[in-house]
Amino acid sequence: MPEAMIEFREVSKAYGASIAVDRLSLDVPRGQITVFVGPSGCGKTTSLRMVNRMVEPTSGTILVDGRDVSTLPAARLRRSMGYVLQAAGLMPHRTVVDNIATVPRLNGVSRRQARARAHELLDVVGLSQGLADRYPAQLSGGQQQRVGVARALAADPPILLMDEPFSAVDPVVRQELQRELLRLQQDLGKTIVFVTHDIDEAVLLGDRIAVFAVGGRLAQVADPEELLRAPADEFVAGFVGRDRGFRHLGFYDDGGLSLDETPTVALSQLGAMAPAEWTVILDGAGRPAGWASPVSPGTVVTGGSLHRAGGTLRSALDSALSSPSGRGVVVDDDGRFLGTVAATAVLAAAERRRAAVPEEA
Amino acid sequence: MEWAAGNLGRILGLAGQHFVLAAVPLVLGLVISLPLAQLVRRHRAWRTALLTVSSVLYTVPSLALFIILPVVLGTKILDPANVIVALTVYAVALLVRASLDALDSVDAELTLAAQALGHTPVTRYFLVDLPLSLPVLVAGLRAVSVSNVSLVSVAALVGMPNLGILFTEGLQRDFVTEIVVGLVGILVLALLMDLALVLAGRLLSPWARLVPASVPRRRSRA
Repeated sequence: MPEAMIEFREVSKAYGASIAVDRLSLDVPRGQITVFVGPSGCGKTTSLRMVNRMVEPTSGTILVDGRDVSTLPAARLRRSMGYVLQAAGLMPHRTVVDNIATVPRLNGVSRRQARARAHELLDVVGLSQGLADRYPAQLSGGQQQRVGVARALAADPPILLMDEPFSAVDPVVRQELQRELLRLQQDLGKTIVFVTHDIDEAVLLGDRIAVFAVGGRLAQVADPEELLRAPADEFVAGFVGRDRGFRHLGFYDDGGLSLDETPTVALSQLGAMAPAEWTVILDGAGRPAGWASPVSPGTVVTGGSLHRAGGTLRSALDSALSSPSGRGVVVDDDGRFLGTVAATAVLAAAERRRAAVPEEA
Repeated sequence: MEWAAGNLGRILGLAGQHFVLAAVPLVLGLVISLPLAQLVRRHRAWRTALLTVSSVLYTVPSLALFIILPVVLGTKILDPANVIVALTVYAVALLVRASLDALDSVDAELTLAAQALGHTPVTRYFLVDLPLSLPVLVAGLRAVSVSNVSLVSVAALVGMPNLGILFTEGLQRDFVTEIVVGLVGILVLALLMDLALVLAGRLLSPWARLVPASVPRRRSRA
């Protein structure tokens, strides 16, 4: 594991009698995305806010780059880390560029330089330059969130703290923003602490996932694969969810999955044939267009999800389960038909993989 | 009308004096109230105390204040300072509450965001809290502005030159036209000051009139 950028050492936070964070010891590795996940009231946001001293711990120490944060001036410490909030938290009275330029301006960078940097960042987060002089109220939720990320990046801090940043946007936009964050992270290699209550988001984004339990207890720290395969206790297993077995298939590629030959028919020939069994209909380019059913000849039955060869067992199983014929349709990278796969074959492949993974002691 | 045309110079002069007597306390009141409000903002007890004192102050009759202040301040009865001090007291009484409301109107999420970005308390106050509270503050200023214009005319009873003089004179001379001109003049002055405040508010916070599009869009998915 890379060296730790942020270290929690026996950190606790109590509000009167109620414990928000209970003796948290955790290393956040440099250059990776560490996700704090858990139900509401589990101390994940409190833990995040202790890193930049928006919340002061009751006891314990937090080190950033080896230095105790309690010895650093709070405002300057905060400017050395990017912060992205839920619902963006953009200043409604500042234009998009001026919002992005906030931290450089606070650091004493000239207005011109700060704005020039802000314009660069619009490109980085995939926003059009035309939005530069708009006010936040004139942007969509997804655009506001991108501005929020740009603002956090403006002073090029090594650390990004992200507090449920995508929870207020709709699922389609959220997926877009998640992909965008992963793309950005590939280029930037920041140390990111990302708080969410959504385990799917945690598994998608996290290099490491810290699961918090009610009462501010750290229940498990693991990479996503291990978390789904081997939850540390009942709480983690329950939180990770019922279909975690199914989702865990997403960590297995489909190597060794053998395809079955399946009869095919060209879309143009469909009218002339009476299929004896389920038959894949192909369009002119060899791409699957649906199924021809033995019970209703001449009609196109809409197919299930397609499995792209080289994808995960999760997608292979889903293609089989969602197919009207019970057989998943497998295509190549250009979408051309390769063969089909049965759910039982996917399960057999999963079984072989499981057997190949050494049991944890 | 003829009378008004013939005395236009004098009427405008009185209007000018009226404006100064109403506007200066407005500015002074704001300059005093904002720091006071910021000072007591975080302390419940102080806050309650300040609001109580300001309510009590506002109930002191203006005429009484115009007469007592020269004694307290050692000024002459016709010194404009009396009116300015008296109206500043009223302005503070009203604006302390308005300033607190205005600062309270700032979304807590934004205060948190400002803190997280690394604002110091001072930069946060001037770059975030104050500009964001401007729309509510302007509403408070408008109320005080109208109240000031009306209170200034009371000072005409002790002989302080302003548009209210046209009332007292008109009354003594049983000359209705003069009273009407005074009344219209005061209304116009109040309206003009109100308009100036509204325009200044819009100019300083162009963002406040934008329809927020920040509500997450909901898409129904099958």
